[in-house]
Amino acid sequence: MIWQIEIIILVIVIILAIGALSVKDLLGAAILFGAYSFMMCLLWAIMGAVDVAFTEASVGAGVSTVLFVAAVFRTSRRTED
Amino acid sequence: MKVGVLVLVIILGSVLIYGSLEFPPWGDPASPASSHLSPYYIEKSLEDTSVPNLVTAVLADYRGYDTMFETIVIFAAGMACIFLLRSSGKEESGTRLYRHIPTGITLRIEKKSAFPEKSEAFERIDSVWVPHDLIVKTTCRLIVPFIQIFGLYVIAHGHHSPGGGFQGGVILGAALILFAISFNLRSAIRRMGERLTLMLSTLGVFIYAGTGVVCMLVGMNYLDYSALAAMLGVDPVTARSHGILVVEIGVGIAVMSVMVTLYYNLASTGKHDEGL
Amino acid sequence: MDAFLNVLISKANYWVYITLMMIGLYGIVAKQNMVKKIIGLNILQTAVILFFISIGAKKNATIPIIEHAHDGTHTTIAAIHYINPLPHVLMLTAIVVAVATLGVALTLVVRIHQQYHTLEENEILKRIQET
Repeated sequence: MIWQIEIIILVIVIILAIGALSVKDLLGAAILFGAYSFMMCLLWAIMGAVDVAFTEASVGAGVSTVLFVAAVFRTSRRTED
Repeated sequence: MKVGVLVLVIILGSVLIYGSLEFPPWGDPASPASSHLSPYYIEKSLEDTSVPNLVTAVLADYRGYDTMFETIVIFAAGMACIFLLRSSGKEESGTRLYRHIPTGITLRIEKKSAFPEKSEAFERIDSVWVPHDLIVKTTCRLIVPFIQIFGLYVIAHGHHSPGGGFQGGVILGAALILFAISFNLRSAIRRMGERLTLMLSTLGVFIYAGTGVVCMLVGMNYLDYSALAAMLGVDPVTARSHGILVVEIGVGIAVMSVMVTLYYNLASTGKHDEGL
Repeated sequence: MDAFLNVLISKANYWVYITLMMIGLYGIVAKQNMVKKIIGLNILQTAVILFFISIGAKKNATIPIIEHAHDGTHTTIAAIHYINPLPHVLMLTAIVVAVATLGVALTLVVRIHQQYHTLEENEILKRIQET
């Protein structure tokens, strides 16, 4: 499709993936992972996979982020990694 | 150790990039993935099943076995969460926090005293209670019915628009999770308790597998929905469309209850007394 | 140089998908924290799904929902006008399995934290050997 949008979103996706693995605050990592899921959903919608994008929007940017935040809330929040 | 892993990952990445040089060009209609079975699905599924959404037709009818086992995987994940994490915990320690509403004083009551149950002046709070939550409570109480209606719409319109059983089930589960976050975990558990979620998840799996067994009892193959034609009083093509709807409802019910179960157990580490 | 540029432009998006897969794999193997490992696992899963979906794309084709299906007009359906629906079906199951795996993995993380009061892998190994 429109290749300019696709390049921008691919670059953002790589930056978000590296960021979610590098930050030292686990709550920030969970939120960055939610943003990564939502950018993936946009990529799939651009490629025409509307069912898959719908599923990823509801699962990744919805329930998955909530489960991560719940798990981080009940365990420790800082990491030195 | 991290440098070693980085070198390994770069080597593996370059091997994969070398393998990707032989892929067909992007978007080629004659690529091997689009040449053998998918033209049959695109051209014939409307006259076989009368469902315009090709992905739903292939997912629930032509590849119905895969979707049935996917539902069983979701059910098994919910069961694993309950087995690993559910404990009865807090009842032996027995301290609760209460707040006196007119004055705002917080009390911490040990087990030996009496708990002020059902009292007008005292409300039970979690250990992470924040004040000024009236806006959150009111907004979420207004929004949750609309989210549930939208989830039911997504399940019901899986034939004609993107959607289907799984997406609608997740949206229904997310509505209840929103209610549990904005209010209390205890009030959400009072509305949809643990026993009800367990029964609903097994009911969803049974609806799916039971449809297949019904088709087999009539005499045709397992999960061959045209066997339901005599029972529903329609021709076999419409019977396949209705069979897809029935199994999507089963998938939606199972997924909703498992999402809710996962949240209940993760947010309270199994004790079901206070949440996020 | 010209041929290399041609190859680069036509295959660049596959290289980005492979980069994402490698980022996820690095996260699983090299990170010490359990939650970061789970995030790396999910990045790897979504990158593989992205790669599969890109296989099913077709130029000048529309989404796999048949237009004007129940209008009463019977038009012939050509396979070249619709995107290949088969990778989408397989990847829907993959997303469901990914979220189920995420649920069980986070349950295990909470349980490990209850037992050892830490989430770093080297600390957990040390405490296992002490007991």
